[in-house]
Amino acid sequence: MQKLKQQWFGNIRGDVLAGIVVALALIPEAIAFSIIAGVDPMVGLYASFCIAVIIAFVGGRPGMISAATGAMALLMMPLIKDYGLDYLLAATILTGIIQILFGIFKVAKIMKFIPNAVMIGFVNALAIMIFTSQLAHFIGISTMTYVFVAITLILLYTLPRFIKVIPAPLIVLVVLTSVAIFSGFDLRTVGDLGAITQTLPSFFIPDIPFNFETLKIIFPYSLALAIVGLLESLLTAQIVDDMTATESDKNKEARGQGIANFITGFFGGMAGCAMIGQSVINVKSGGRGRLSTLVAGVFLMFLIIVLGDLVVQIPMPVLVGIMIMVSIGTFDWNSFKYLVKAPRTDAIVMVTTVLIVVYTHDLSKGVLAGVLLSAIFFVVKISTVKLSKNGNQIVVKGQLFFASTDSFINYFKQNVFNEKQIDINFSSSHIWDESAVGAVFKVKDSLQEKGIEVQLTGLDESSKKMLNQLDGISSSH
Amino acid sequence: MYKHILLAADGSENAVRAAKEAIKIASLSKETLVEVIYIADFDKAKTDILHATSTETLPIERRKKIKNVEQVLFDANVNYKVTILHGIPGPEIIKYANEKGVDLVVIGSRGLNGLQEMVIGSVSHKVMKRVNCPALIVK
Repeated sequence: MQKLKQQWFGNIRGDVLAGIVVALALIPEAIAFSIIAGVDPMVGLYASFCIAVIIAFVGGRPGMISAATGAMALLMMPLIKDYGLDYLLAATILTGIIQILFGIFKVAKIMKFIPNAVMIGFVNALAIMIFTSQLAHFIGISTMTYVFVAITLILLYTLPRFIKVIPAPLIVLVVLTSVAIFSGFDLRTVGDLGAITQTLPSFFIPDIPFNFETLKIIFPYSLALAIVGLLESLLTAQIVDDMTATESDKNKEARGQGIANFITGFFGGMAGCAMIGQSVINVKSGGRGRLSTLVAGVFLMFLIIVLGDLVVQIPMPVLVGIMIMVSIGTFDWNSFKYLVKAPRTDAIVMVTTVLIVVYTHDLSKGVLAGVLLSAIFFVVKISTVKLSKNGNQIVVKGQLFFASTDSFINYFKQNVFNEKQIDINFSSSHIWDESAVGAVFKVKDSLQEKGIEVQLTGLDESSKKMLNQLDGISSSH
Repeated sequence: MYKHILLAADGSENAVRAAKEAIKIASLSKETLVEVIYIADFDKAKTDILHATSTETLPIERRKKIKNVEQVLFDANVNYKVTILHGIPGPEIIKYANEKGVDLVVIGSRGLNGLQEMVIGSVSHKVMKRVNCPALIVK
């Protein structure tokens, strides 16, 4: 109780101010992510409002900002194109259910199995995808479009030097929208791509047939959304943990993300997750508690209700510029150094993750491939067994298991032994499975056939147990 | 004499030079404590997490970054301790120095030119202007 009070009211001033800053920075992103997904801006705005407000209560990481995100928008794009909004909302609800289950079954632990190389590949692929999603909105449209994108980018990177209180994207948005309106330049606007309604989201059940066919359509999307959403949320939670030097409950966060998406689907919002960029802005602006996330969501909705008319007039090139900045901020620029310095296998995993995402347009497939590939590399790496001869002692170095038995057996096949007695030393090795036991027996038997007496030494307790267990079986017949 | 010297370190050569000056002052009295602070920059949190083998190794990796400073303090046999803080480097150093009421802040200057200083801002300059105690900026 005391802890909860601290999480809510321990930092009221800082949380309220930071929440307002985040709301201002969130508006352009929520609109742009809706456009990436191919839905009306309201879908992203409702999602950002609902998710932020709900996660403030049920999340496991106070001070983290969750809303509509680029990673999720990119995943849902084909679903909307083929089946429309109602299927997206249904998929959002199902995503929530899957994530709640993930939370209950403590899947957060699995994060440990996802290597850095895959996470670096994930953020890089995300950055590249956000960037390429913008190309259609500014390449080959008009000269003025290029000019506006360029001006937006210049302002975005120079303004923060002079104005620190208000987030640069919002200033740029307001200033350039006014310029566009008063100058009458012919630019595409948000209104050309969707409508804005100045009402609070309301509860409704998505209009879809409730049958197996529907489930077959939405389930793959929901699963991908659930995985990617959790991945980004748990990565963000780690970053916020580190920045604030506090701990958080990752399983509660997974469940919280699920609850937020589940409810959001019923209020016309698209699935979302935690946002690295916005969470960093929140903490930097002094946000630490749950109140900051709540304020961000509520203030965002307030602004939309008040300023909705203006939103439709935002020129697309300005949003494109903001998205380019988001993708530059998402990309891990240390990757280039990483590619040179990291072990070759890690570099390959990272690049593979990126390539598969860019090729399939599916972040979850890239992550899956990356994890599988690094698992294989890991097995290959630890499956090298080194044997060396020292007098009549042969020292085994490395893990002995199904993948490494070949090199163990081959050593004895390739070498000729003249000793009468050989001592195989396992003190730097470990026997993991039946294949390893089989290999040891095979070697022992073939040496004994040649009249060499074999002694196994230096076995640790569990290796001995493994050997004895299987030895009992093999000698019984 | 100065009892509590705050030495800001970021792993750079400038920080080592600053450490050497701090040692000169600290070796005047046996009671002097040199507190080395390293600020884990908010803007680098994402990169640090992405490139850390695990959350457990992150503090070790950060500590490694300022090993060069720790080494010279150790070799000079002065009384020192290391503190790692999280924040925006300039303001965080100032906040900590003022909260702890340290007697002296020692900080290396990166030696930026006018343009760089305008764009990225000078941490040592900010610290010097806003700490409530004397500050020694080492070139």
